[in-house]
Amino acid sequence: MSNAATSMHGGQIAIVGASETDRIGVVPDRSIIQLHAEAARNALADAGLTPADVDGVATAGPLPMEISHYLGITPRWLDGTMVGGCSFMLHVRHAAAAIAAGACETVLITHGESGRSRVGVSYPSPSPASIGGQFEYPYGAVFPYATFTLPVMRFLQERGMTRRHLAEVAVAQREWAVNNPRAFKREPITMEQILNDTPVAYPFTKDLCCVVTDGGGALVLTSASRAVDLRRSSTPVYLLGSGEAAEAPLVSQMEDPGSFAAFRRASAEAFATAGVTHKDIDHLMVYDAFAHLPLYGLEDLGFVGRGESGDFIAEGHTRPGGRLPMNTNGGGLSYTHTGMYGMFAIQEAVRQLRGEAAVQVPGVKVSFVQGVGLMFGAAGSLILSNVQP
Amino acid sequence: MKEAFIPQASPETARFWEGTQNGELWIQRCKACNRPYFYPRPFCPHCNSDDVEWFQASGRARLVSYVISHRGVPGLTPQAPYVVALVELAEGPRMASNLVGVAPDPEHIVLDMPLRVTFQRRGEMALPVFQPEEGEQA
Repeated sequence: MSNAATSMHGGQIAIVGASETDRIGVVPDRSIIQLHAEAARNALADAGLTPADVDGVATAGPLPMEISHYLGITPRWLDGTMVGGCSFMLHVRHAAAAIAAGACETVLITHGESGRSRVGVSYPSPSPASIGGQFEYPYGAVFPYATFTLPVMRFLQERGMTRRHLAEVAVAQREWAVNNPRAFKREPITMEQILNDTPVAYPFTKDLCCVVTDGGGALVLTSASRAVDLRRSSTPVYLLGSGEAAEAPLVSQMEDPGSFAAFRRASAEAFATAGVTHKDIDHLMVYDAFAHLPLYGLEDLGFVGRGESGDFIAEGHTRPGGRLPMNTNGGGLSYTHTGMYGMFAIQEAVRQLRGEAAVQVPGVKVSFVQGVGLMFGAAGSLILSNVQP
Repeated sequence: MKEAFIPQASPETARFWEGTQNGELWIQRCKACNRPYFYPRPFCPHCNSDDVEWFQASGRARLVSYVISHRGVPGLTPQAPYVVALVELAEGPRMASNLVGVAPDPEHIVLDMPLRVTFQRRGEMALPVFQPEEGEQA
């Protein structure tokens, strides 16, 4: 097989199609599976392929056979890995391994969620006999704003940091969103507006929490050797390295509330497998369901030292023109957040590497994408590049 | 409409919930590696030993972190605003809980403040929550 890759990493696997749904934000006229299908068909068109070319399907939320049947795909490889918002980082990693192993040739990864309009969405009641149902939910630690946020006061106090550092994250990311026509929130915002707003869950006000939106996205992966014959051959995106990790399904059981072990482990494996270091990274996406995650991310991924994340952002290094542009679509805080945001973080990295972002960073060659899932439950890291090693 | 989110015991957690009915906090420790642990499991999560036992914890704890939720879950206790607390028991393990007996206001909540367990009724169950240790009110 001339198309066979010998490794999942090192640029032998490529993202050859990537797209979001036509509209994101408020899309009350689309069911969840329609959002998946629309994004999938857009991504396949972007790749110059059709459903008939796909032999592997991965998704989270719906089951992969629901997606494949809806689209008329006959898969010989399926991945239904569901670890929350970073599921798609894991799908990319698993797809790369499968393609390199010859288990499939062309993988479609889909996401769609009606997070805002809640078309056809029912709330399944968590079981009161589950571990979470016994030891977290009874305390009102149910929705992410009262759960995912629980360790943050500790994180801040240990570092001599304050709520102002959380607000710096939101202000910096809004700067990116202001010039992005697809971003959900585009009005410039000040530190004072954020801090003086009514708390949702102290220390978090509304702008320190993600937006809640509808939308979807999809990716198409195949071997780099096959990618040269496809529509996107002049704008390749290669997988250099990746990692995945899990920590605690209950936020109260994190080993250290001031650091996310799965961020540390997944990112370390991504750097090791890619064979690159922090100074090689031109662009960074850190899944931001809440404003604290980029702070944890910068420190746990090793871009800054312990306690330096807040000042790093305050000094403008992650803003437009900064030396480590981060969450350049506006992030979950400003761009979009359907529920499982990870797909959108990958989409933005692909756009930046193709030179097609709404707010383009000049000269991006290597992008690091960090996902988090089910609160501090799981993490997935990807290092992508437009240059094959 | 439910009036509260009522936990339901499972086989490996029954001893914990029997304890709370009596106003006692029971957790487990491993007799092989001597480490206490929480949440309940029939083996040691640290060293995988089956040689584990239940014991009554002191009920003393400290506040590791917290968040004050200003949005309740419709129809469910606790009513907003309420304090979700991350507490560390004197014996070592951490657990999620509620902080009670103190205003849900950051002016009155200090990290590392000493806490003591107390219990709230939830239907037929008793739920361990934590209040500032007497004489230590912030």
